[in-house]
Amino acid sequence: MRTLTYGQALVEGLRELIESDERIHIMGQYFLGLTPQRALVGELAAEHPSRFYYPPIAELGYVGTAIGAAMAGLRPIVDLATASFMFQAFAQITNEMANIHYMSGGQTRVPMVLHFNHGIRGGGAAQHSHSPQAMLWNTPGIEIMLPSTPYDVKGLLKTAASTDNPTAWGDHVKLFMIEGEVPEDDYSIPFGVADIKRKGTDVTIVATSLMVQRALAAAEKLAADGIDVEIVDPRTLVPLDEDAILESVAKTGRLVVADECHRSCGAGAEFSAIVAEKAFGYLKAPIRRVVTEDVPIPFSPPMEEYVEPTEAKIIQAVREVVD
Amino acid sequence: MLANLSREQIVEQLRMALLIRRFEEELIKLAGDRDIGHFHVYIGQEMTGVPALQLLQPGDLSFTTHRNHGHLLARGVPARQMYAEILGKETGMMGGRGGTLHLCSMEHGFPTTSSAVGGATPLATGAAFAFKQLGKDRVSVCLFGDGALEEGSWHESINIAAMERLAVIFLCENNSLEALGQKAGEYPSSTLAATDLIDLVKPFGVPTIQVDGCDSGAVHSAMTTALDRARTGGGSTFIEARTVRWPGNRPIWPALLTGETDLAMAWDSSLIPDEHRVWHAEQDAVLRFLREIIAAGLIESDAILAMDREIRSEMKAGVEFALESHYPPAESALDLVLA
Repeated sequence: MRTLTYGQALVEGLRELIESDERIHIMGQYFLGLTPQRALVGELAAEHPSRFYYPPIAELGYVGTAIGAAMAGLRPIVDLATASFMFQAFAQITNEMANIHYMSGGQTRVPMVLHFNHGIRGGGAAQHSHSPQAMLWNTPGIEIMLPSTPYDVKGLLKTAASTDNPTAWGDHVKLFMIEGEVPEDDYSIPFGVADIKRKGTDVTIVATSLMVQRALAAAEKLAADGIDVEIVDPRTLVPLDEDAILESVAKTGRLVVADECHRSCGAGAEFSAIVAEKAFGYLKAPIRRVVTEDVPIPFSPPMEEYVEPTEAKIIQAVREVVD
Repeated sequence: MLANLSREQIVEQLRMALLIRRFEEELIKLAGDRDIGHFHVYIGQEMTGVPALQLLQPGDLSFTTHRNHGHLLARGVPARQMYAEILGKETGMMGGRGGTLHLCSMEHGFPTTSSAVGGATPLATGAAFAFKQLGKDRVSVCLFGDGALEEGSWHESINIAAMERLAVIFLCENNSLEALGQKAGEYPSSTLAATDLIDLVKPFGVPTIQVDGCDSGAVHSAMTTALDRARTGGGSTFIEARTVRWPGNRPIWPALLTGETDLAMAWDSSLIPDEHRVWHAEQDAVLRFLREIIAAGLIESDAILAMDREIRSEMKAGVEFALESHYPPAESALDLVLA
């Protein structure tokens, strides 16, 4: 099978959607941030200028415009660029987009995709490093996808664009250059189906987005020490494949969570709570969370690394639960 | 001034205005007997909503606010379903999930109602964006109060609407005018540094029209101009319709301070009580419309009263329907989070 970068797979997914469904409309062009591959998005926009809208710097206005357009027959895929900018649009996202279908008693649908680049990209400091997926998870009415591989980003995007729900789509900038196998044939990945990224017997790591890649690297080093790690990637937070998480913990008896949200009320806190409520009897050790500390993200590199979830911290947490 | 329309169309405006007035009066009476939560009424603004929304066609979309009852009724949503929704019953349009603050009916061109001030301006803009992108000859109407102009969403939305020449009509119902204040030429009472609402529109190059929102003919004419512009690719229009705030409208829980409207006050001024005389004699848009329509010889007072009796009995039946309807099963609260 051919190999693509994450960025290539992402843009290929967008291209196929534009070319197969005239209702698909792209708002914004920073899907790949300011990374070297950003020209791929520019090329796509040049090929299909009538399908791209380059909005003013008005996140509230253009996200709301996308929501209104989705109710009126379009299927917008909106890019917020850096996740931190989402807060400018939060009133529309949480109070309009998420509520409309429910409030309408099911009459009105909001089929749109909201893309953002989350996480600590390096030097982003406090206002360009957010991972707001837990805030979105705390807002019923939004599907949330967090791909971690080229295969997943394209397959999940296809599903996001075809459902009648609003989907929040978070990518991590540090994933864009990762390579992986992507089939030539059309495919999609259903929401709510976790992927076991690595099979193992000793410890379950539930990881999302970039943390899947860090967990995979950690697992290789731990394997050299005879510790066999299983990595569960939920791929979507909403809907969540709880069964996959619980089944893995039932097998291994140990859980480490690797996620880039802040510690308090983060996605990692929710995974931990689910396992504590529903699989407590299987646990042989306390759950450990490898997450971002509860501080704004500092700029200075050593401080930044100190607060973020790293491969070394994952390795340490796994060693602690198997001791 | 009456709109330049056929007798049938003017009489239809009358029927709808009376229906909205009686709907609200029944609702206020209902709220006197039981706690139905807080709600907002449209009394005094009927002659803006009725002539404006009467001009819309199937497929056009409207986005309204917390003060939405009159708008939905004007586009034909059945009163009984609205009462049921306002009481949280399963026979309401949304099965009780939204209530008065979020009344919507996709079938009648109301996809959603945001009760967050300024929530709908981007949504209405977006609907027009979709019409343009999909090549549809449809118009989106954003109905909002003067307070929404205080929100940042307003400036972001009109910028997009202006730059893309979108078929969205911003119909601002400025009810910030106090009865006595308006008489004294005082204006406006919104919390805005701008002294004139259209000053918030002019920098974007969108045409503006200011009308007396109690003047059905002026509203009809302004909306006709705006719709013609929107449907012929001319883009957006901002209409400011100035209405007088009804004396009973002050509290969040409105009170029938001026009583149930006695339509005969329109043709017999001796019936007007001293209390709230200015309201009944000069400001009430429905009474004013009645005086105009009678003066024009379009309908007799007996026919008006007969029409009113029919409407009032329909409203009472609607309330009964809502009261007798069941609440939705409590556990169904967990359904419909996602499509």
